[in-house]
Amino acid sequence: MLKDITLGQYFPGTSLVHRLDPRAKLILVFAFITALLTANHALTYLVILLYLALAVTVSRVRPSALARGMRPMAFIILFTAVLNIFYTPGRPLVSFWIFTVSAEGVERAVFMALRLLMLISCTFMLTYTTSPLALADALGRLMSPLAKIRVPVHEFAMMMTIALRFIPTIIEETDKIMSAQKARGADFETGNLFRRAKALIPLLVPLFVGAFRRADDLAVAMECRCYHGGGGRTRMKQLRMTGVDALVLTGSVALLAGVSALGRLGWFMR
Amino acid sequence: MTAPDVFVKGKPFLLEARQITYVYGRGTPFEKTALDGACFSVSAGEFAGIIGHTGSGKSTLIQHLNGLLKPHAGQVLLEGRDIWEKGVKMRDVRFAVGLVFQYPEYQLFEETVEKDVSFGPAAMGLPEADIRERVSEAMAFVGLDKSVAQKSPFDLSGGQKRRAAIAGVIAMRPKVLVLDEPTAGLDPAGRREILGHISEYRRQTGAAVVLVTHSMEDAARVADSLTVLAHAGDVLRGSLKDVFAQRETLTGLGLDVPAVTRVLLRLRALGLDVDAGAYTTEDAIKAIKEVSGSAQSPSLC
Repeated sequence: MLKDITLGQYFPGTSLVHRLDPRAKLILVFAFITALLTANHALTYLVILLYLALAVTVSRVRPSALARGMRPMAFIILFTAVLNIFYTPGRPLVSFWIFTVSAEGVERAVFMALRLLMLISCTFMLTYTTSPLALADALGRLMSPLAKIRVPVHEFAMMMTIALRFIPTIIEETDKIMSAQKARGADFETGNLFRRAKALIPLLVPLFVGAFRRADDLAVAMECRCYHGGGGRTRMKQLRMTGVDALVLTGSVALLAGVSALGRLGWFMR
Repeated sequence: MTAPDVFVKGKPFLLEARQITYVYGRGTPFEKTALDGACFSVSAGEFAGIIGHTGSGKSTLIQHLNGLLKPHAGQVLLEGRDIWEKGVKMRDVRFAVGLVFQYPEYQLFEETVEKDVSFGPAAMGLPEADIRERVSEAMAFVGLDKSVAQKSPFDLSGGQKRRAAIAGVIAMRPKVLVLDEPTAGLDPAGRREILGHISEYRRQTGAAVVLVTHSMEDAARVADSLTVLAHAGDVLRGSLKDVFAQRETLTGLGLDVPAVTRVLLRLRALGLDVDAGAYTTEDAIKAIKEVSGSAQSPSLC
């Protein structure tokens, strides 16, 4: 049940996409989303779609895993598409009663749905192929210039790392406490909203108590290892941009920026 | 292997798990078979032990016994009826098969011990007076003094917390009480105390008890029968004597017979004609006394 949550789940692997420097991947996702949001031409969409398909193929992430992550968003995507079909003025294709379907509407609906699908797919690609810790590390490193203007970048990165580290632990703990209370006759599934909220007390109290206990233990453990914040701290696993990383990064960014700029400038003939 | 003689006699099992198969994370890259055709059964009034290494599927198996997990293959029968059959109310199964998880003290949540212990009986929809009676009875069974009833469970000592949590399940008066490593993390005195309370509870109520443990000594001290789990299935099932007779199989699994039995076996190997079937310290002393009495070798005592 809780274990089925796929959001932000990492599937270990050894493909090129998995091995790519997480900083490069973050920048890539940023470039991809920018290109996607500025795309205004079928050709641009096609290039972006092919790029995404290539990334998925290389990463060996199963398309079914992507589809599963997409399921909760299906309604929003469908809703947006339907609204666009009916509310875009233009050359009418079909019309019945008060509804008119225009050619522009269909075009826009398809683009809109594609845009949302690709947006979700690309973020899933990032979390499926990058371990949460690598991701937090990369974010910290990318934001490190901000430390110059006294933003506590190291502390943020550490907090994020710890939070990510403990998500699976807390999920497991939740599962365990839920089972234990169910064994005593707790009922989390039936009843009205008020009863269900009340039924959560036997779950939430032990969960919070456990989280605080764990935080205490962790703080002691960190102090025992002489943790004293970011100053002068080095890493065992250094992130290193290799030639391949640089090549993939510059190539992809150039392609994505180029294709969306060309589309914007009206370079593709309609 | 056969179940212990006392409990067969044509009676159906009170609770039976038949050929249970369960796979964690089915359909994901993290698939892991926890159980593959495991069997287990317990008769009314029996004290059954389940023993096995970490990761042998003990905890997974017992979560099938009260329907917390649905087997991917196999059946769980409570009083001869499949608990996943249509028309069986799962909550009734949970009340009939009381399950105490590992480290149960982490499930305490109420303001007072009394309220926490009454959570189960209250969920059963019993009248107030009944609940109160069951709570004081359950607290007495685990040896908790009446004075702690109004205390916050979070103010108790570790051992008291554990006993309060066990009382929370006993208060439902289950037909089968299942305990997952109830002595984990306790010192020897605490272990003896909890096991003593559980034996006493079983003696007084006649309820069946299932004890999951990885300590041969604990199992030998209290259980009638033993199921040994390994490689996702049950490897040995039978009375303590039958199971401990299979020493090679046990050592092959990285388990062993209890320490006192090992002592007796060693004595036998050294040429002393002692009965090596004893597995508790008391029986071992008796066995040695018998031999030393007849053979006149006082140096052994």
